[in-house]
Amino acid sequence: MDDVLPPGLSPLQSIDQVDRGLSAAGYIANRQISTAIYMAHHLQKPILVEGPAGVGKTELAKSVASWMKLPLIRMQCYEGLDESKALYEWKYGKQLLYTQILKDKISSVIGDSDNLATSLDKLHAFGDIFFSKQFLEPRPLLRALEEPGGAVLLIDEIDKSDQEFEAFLLEILSDFQVTIPEIGTVGAIVPPIVLLTSNSTRDLGDALKRRCLHLHIGFPDEKLEAKIIASRVPGIDDKLLKQLVSFVQQLRTLDLKKVPSVSETIDWAKVLVLLHTTVLSVDLVRDTLNVLLKFEADIEAAGKQIAGLTHKARADAGVAA
Amino acid sequence: MSGVAPASEPLRRFLQVARGAGLRVSAAEGIDAARAVQMIGFADRAILKDSLGLILAKTPEEKAAYDEAFELYFKRDDLGVSADDEPQPGSAAWAQGGEGGQGEGSGQGLGQLLEQDDRAALATAMEKAARESGVENIRFFTQKNLYARRILDKMGLRQVERDMEALRRSGTPEGLGRAQFLDGRVDQLRDSVRDFVERNLLLFAKGETEKFREELLKSARLSNLERRDLDRMRVLVRQMAKKLAARYAKTRRRRLRGQLDIRRTMRRNMGWGGIPFITVWKQKRIEKPRVMVLCDVSGSVAPMSQFLLMFLYALNEALSDIRSFAFAGSMIEVSEILEKEPVEQAITKIMETIGFGSSNFGNSFADFEDAWMKDVTNKTTIIVLGDARGNRTDPRTDIVARMSARSKRIIWLNPEYKSAWGTGDSDMYRYAPFCNLVTVCNTLRHLERAITDILDDAV
Repeated sequence: MDDVLPPGLSPLQSIDQVDRGLSAAGYIANRQISTAIYMAHHLQKPILVEGPAGVGKTELAKSVASWMKLPLIRMQCYEGLDESKALYEWKYGKQLLYTQILKDKISSVIGDSDNLATSLDKLHAFGDIFFSKQFLEPRPLLRALEEPGGAVLLIDEIDKSDQEFEAFLLEILSDFQVTIPEIGTVGAIVPPIVLLTSNSTRDLGDALKRRCLHLHIGFPDEKLEAKIIASRVPGIDDKLLKQLVSFVQQLRTLDLKKVPSVSETIDWAKVLVLLHTTVLSVDLVRDTLNVLLKFEADIEAAGKQIAGLTHKARADAGVAA
Repeated sequence: MSGVAPASEPLRRFLQVARGAGLRVSAAEGIDAARAVQMIGFADRAILKDSLGLILAKTPEEKAAYDEAFELYFKRDDLGVSADDEPQPGSAAWAQGGEGGQGEGSGQGLGQLLEQDDRAALATAMEKAARESGVENIRFFTQKNLYARRILDKMGLRQVERDMEALRRSGTPEGLGRAQFLDGRVDQLRDSVRDFVERNLLLFAKGETEKFREELLKSARLSNLERRDLDRMRVLVRQMAKKLAARYAKTRRRRLRGQLDIRRTMRRNMGWGGIPFITVWKQKRIEKPRVMVLCDVSGSVAPMSQFLLMFLYALNEALSDIRSFAFAGSMIEVSEILEKEPVEQAITKIMETIGFGSSNFGNSFADFEDAWMKDVTNKTTIIVLGDARGNRTDPRTDIVARMSARSKRIIWLNPEYKSAWGTGDSDMYRYAPFCNLVTVCNTLRHLERAITDILDDAV
């Protein structure tokens, strides 16, 4: 099937290769994630990544960038973000400074012309200089398009931005180009790999969704989570790994305000390694529970069940207390 | 690796199935899907499922619908003919068929197939006939028999029936035996065709039927709902509310004309040395409404109240504060019950406390004035839901007048049609002058419209 792929030295020859590449960069992906990256590259479409906080949406972009050795350009969205912060801005100060300097030289430019019409003509020849690329301050979106070797563009938490901004993104997402009124349309030299992340605090527009591949990353299952932890916390004891993953997986089934995410599991694993733990004990779990759970009410709710959960986790890993 | 042409037909049919399952697949997404299929082929189902899922399904609900549709469609494709004629119990008994049919035309083919019990060939014939009769256009379960009949006709059942008739008329014991034997086979065929049509109905029309049903429910009178529809209505209300909440949950601003925002103007024009080329106007925040809702829970209006409360509480994020009161003969505050318990249970509880006796609007308004009028501010929106039928008691319009003066606005939702207002003991027209809006509200659509107006700040 490789024969239909565009020729070149692309590292994205097959889905397996994506899998291997990402895991080499320290990101353990499931099949769907690798497929998404593969498709995004070949269909040249952005990926919209949704899922609960802390499952590695942002991390995915970083890993893709580090694996493909492309620069990562990150744009954090927030309410009120507009195109002067996302796309470009004129360097007003520089423009002003230049006009000041040029004031003295103006007579030499206008020279010997004695009426207004000819001097205006002469000035016109210089007019466009002030609105040229030299005075343009590229912001993340424009930078991503201008990267000569391509880039990974991460538009983080798109759901936090305004709806107008979402509409503004459509041009760049579908054609990888932007329009700057004074200069014209700027297209991408090499289309970047674009990832948008969203925590679904609001529903995104259909127009945006239509232009993207939609990837939902949920919590990983036990096996995948163990692999992720092993890759992120090197040197962790195998038995401990099994116990803590089992514990976190059980914790997720409880009715909590905010269930622990993968990032919290990683933090907890680091803490346990730091404390030279080999066997989970009830007291230890109780003392370190605040790493996993971020709400007082959750800690209280889970606190009552720690003994049971710890016991089950130990049993799953085959460890005696 | 499949090329474009062979790949496009199954894909086209799958897209149709996906649309049937309720996914909104645009033409552009269809093209993307085709490109994806061209790239990865049909060979690996797991990869195909993941890739098409990335392109076609864009919400968790759509993902679930997609998974189901994919399994249904490609499972059928996978097992091909053999799935369509799973051996039924007892079929082995018929396995020794006679030889040769006697009819002509397509009927002969079918007769022969039936006699030989050639299941694979029968299934192929059925698929072919189904395609010819356009079974993918099936939309409603009432069409099941129609399509089953069409498929059977296309397969040539008529001819077989004629042959059987001839056999019976011949009167020979051998002929009668054959006819009886064929009869059994035909019944079996009928069953499998009906089964097949049913599967197709599930495949192509599930989403559409649901949508149709929901549309009906949205404009059905809430007092006439059947019990079995209640669950579906609850889901619908939640969906509608979620949509509105998403739209109105953010603080919105409205530009004020003619008032310059000097600070922002200066910042905006710094690039030009502070010369204001671009002006920035002051903005006014559109406040999220504070709502006090007074619900009549006497018999006739109770179902409507239930849905109004459900709607409002599902809208929580879009409202800054909500207090609710229930009344029939007198009024009580029910905010606390509604906040603590799921709406359905809360409503039953409320009804038990107060939902008996005949309604007395005057009395209830008097209760409101005594206990809660002090909490009404010029930012409060008061929603009254009731039929304004006070059983000839004093309507106490004076209190409503005072409520109107204190509050930002009063909106009266009346489940009765306008023609009934003012008839009999209805005091609607007595209350109307003090309300900013009086509107008929007896279906989900009305409810949605009324609440959108409230959120829009339009009234």
